[in-house]
Amino acid sequence: MKLLLVKVFSILFFLVSSSAFACSISARVSIVGNEFPAIQTVGAGAKECKGAKVTANLTADHQKINVAGMSSKPAEYTSAIVANTSIVALLNNDLIRPLDDLVKKHGKGLKKNQLITIDGKIMAVAFMANAQHLVYRKDILKKLNIDVPKTYEEMLAAAKKIRASGLVKNPVGGAYKAGWNLAQEFNNMFIGYGGSHFKGNSAEPNVNSDAGVKALKMMKSLSAYMNPDFLTHDSNATNAEFRAGNVAIMNMWGSRAATLVDADGVSMEVKNGMDISGPMTVGGGKTPASTLFWDGWTVAKKISDEEAEATFIAMTNAIRPSILDNEDTRKQAVWLIEGYKPTDAARGVFAAAKMNTTPYPMLPYAGLMHSAIGKEIADFMQGKETADKTLSDIEDAYRASAKEKGFL
Amino acid sequence: MKHRTFFWFILPTFLAMFFFITLPIISVFIQSLHTPHENILISVENCDPFGCKKVTSIDHEATKELKNEKPLGKFVGLDIYLDRGHIALEQVKQHWNNSENFLSFLSLISDLPFYKAIFFTLTFTFTVTPIMLFLGLLIALGVNAINIKLKGLIIFFSLLPMIVTPLIGSIILFWMIDSRGIVGNFLQIIFEDPNLSLKASTSLTWVTLIVYGVWHAIPFSFIVFYAGLQTLPKDQMESAQIDGANTFQQTIHIIIPHIMPLITFVTLMQLMDNFRVFEPIIGFNAEAHATSLSWIIFNDLGGETRQLSAAATSSILTILGIVILLLPVLIKTWREFDFKK
Repeated sequence: MKLLLVKVFSILFFLVSSSAFACSISARVSIVGNEFPAIQTVGAGAKECKGAKVTANLTADHQKINVAGMSSKPAEYTSAIVANTSIVALLNNDLIRPLDDLVKKHGKGLKKNQLITIDGKIMAVAFMANAQHLVYRKDILKKLNIDVPKTYEEMLAAAKKIRASGLVKNPVGGAYKAGWNLAQEFNNMFIGYGGSHFKGNSAEPNVNSDAGVKALKMMKSLSAYMNPDFLTHDSNATNAEFRAGNVAIMNMWGSRAATLVDADGVSMEVKNGMDISGPMTVGGGKTPASTLFWDGWTVAKKISDEEAEATFIAMTNAIRPSILDNEDTRKQAVWLIEGYKPTDAARGVFAAAKMNTTPYPMLPYAGLMHSAIGKEIADFMQGKETADKTLSDIEDAYRASAKEKGFL
Repeated sequence: MKHRTFFWFILPTFLAMFFFITLPIISVFIQSLHTPHENILISVENCDPFGCKKVTSIDHEATKELKNEKPLGKFVGLDIYLDRGHIALEQVKQHWNNSENFLSFLSLISDLPFYKAIFFTLTFTFTVTPIMLFLGLLIALGVNAINIKLKGLIIFFSLLPMIVTPLIGSIILFWMIDSRGIVGNFLQIIFEDPNLSLKASTSLTWVTLIVYGVWHAIPFSFIVFYAGLQTLPKDQMESAQIDGANTFQQTIHIIIPHIMPLITFVTLMQLMDNFRVFEPIIGFNAEAHATSLSWIIFNDLGGETRQLSAAATSSILTILGIVILLLPVLIKTWREFDFKK
């Protein structure tokens, strides 16, 4: 037995070290991307490559800098780690290159469903999937005899019971910070009620509808059970509230769920009480009130072919199957990498995929709609406006910016 | 100073201002008159881990020639200035016709992003500027009167709010005023209201931002006024004392007239600075309650789809706003200058 273990470890060690040595590059690699545990792993993986300088700028503000950083010639960033939301800006500005040749040459380990193709050309390589789903305190629900909510209506009823019991004053959590986060919650709810953001295949807005009104009203009802400061809480702040034991049920990103209670100072009650399940539906609909995301990397267009090749090699090295040998890495995300076996922390995102959750729309004008929603919806959440007024404001704000950008 | 000497003195500054301020402003202005070309949309197949489907995408090839020919984009004149994100001419006209009195008109247009930002910006500017002038002067007078041994230490501490980076300062205060933070909790106890939250109400958020603005700006006016106090005419002060003027009379009749040019200078600087209020809005996560023109520019540039033309237009409007704001002070200074000649 001992001998066997030694053998296994030596083989593992050989595999890990050999693949690290195998990565050698001859031109600079510079990465920009979001900042959460899985992406940090990818950034670190690219840095293992020897032969040339590899830098990574991982920040929550990546969307604000990636377009500018890839527009110059030569581009500052040779690779941007993006999601199906943020790749659109790079596509709109024609800043990333097709990867077909590089995949043929260096991408043997990649699975077919990792390759994001647009019009038959590979434009990005995905490495993980993500979705928002339910995160809750099973100890609290059990104590009060509440079933795990499957719909937002059940979540509201649960919230009412928890507050009445006095266990948690503001039991519902949510990333409702005015701007991108709040708009994303609206998108979830709107899709859950069967809404679609645009009329047919056009860029004409379509949020001023019955589904829009219902979505806003549901968000308002939920916010009554949230910390009164909810409009300032992004997902970091919401997670902090959960860790502190101030939140009992929330809709949260799968990519955060695995490491949610790993921080220092989290009480055993919260640590043992935390559990996850799939996304919720709303209003009797079948489509979950959530959206599916993939995260992947791209290669800049305005760089030399040598740099593009080096970037491709480094990024492929960062997502090679052997990174999953590490237990901590494995549970950081729902990896799309060859050989990945779902961990317990992946149940939520898997349930989302199984329930046919709608992927976030990869449309050139989706970002403008998202911004317009984020800007206008706060007035409604504060009770300053009716739902109809807010929805027509969103459409007006979107129209103004879509006209400016030449979509309408 | 001879004109020749003056010319050589001012030349480096002038060149730097021309290249790094004037030219960029001109380019921003030109940008604000253009929008990107109309996009030609095509339907393409998009495959990702969740399956394949038809999506709309931009046909770059189709517009390539047009883009190379006119890289600035389409000339639209003042269209962006007048759209809903900025002056919103159409909406303002509509609201004007639909409202019974001026107050209801104001509340209607305060829903439009530009006017919403202007209302907060002006409130911020016209409360922070006088308060910080007054408090700055008080502190300067106080520090000037204390024992020389303590002065250094007191001056250092009085300057702290300005030394702290605005963003860091506001984030620290943001956590302190949280309902579980030290200040927020204290206020809840004082007012005996466990649900009191400074971050949840618009008016309290405005008060918080204004208090922060004053706190951050006081050291500037204090240090300028303190320097001015060092040049007080001793004989005038002494004769006033002999004539029996009390401290208040001395301040009103001698000190304030003496440092008037400095008061004008600080007012000018602060009007400009406060009109461009930005960091506290980010630091206090106050977007839902308060926005400013600078915040609109940041937001337009920061979205998934950057709106360059909208941001350029807001920048030009900010500059116009500052010019209008400073006009009275500038005219006054100009007249005084002429008069002396």
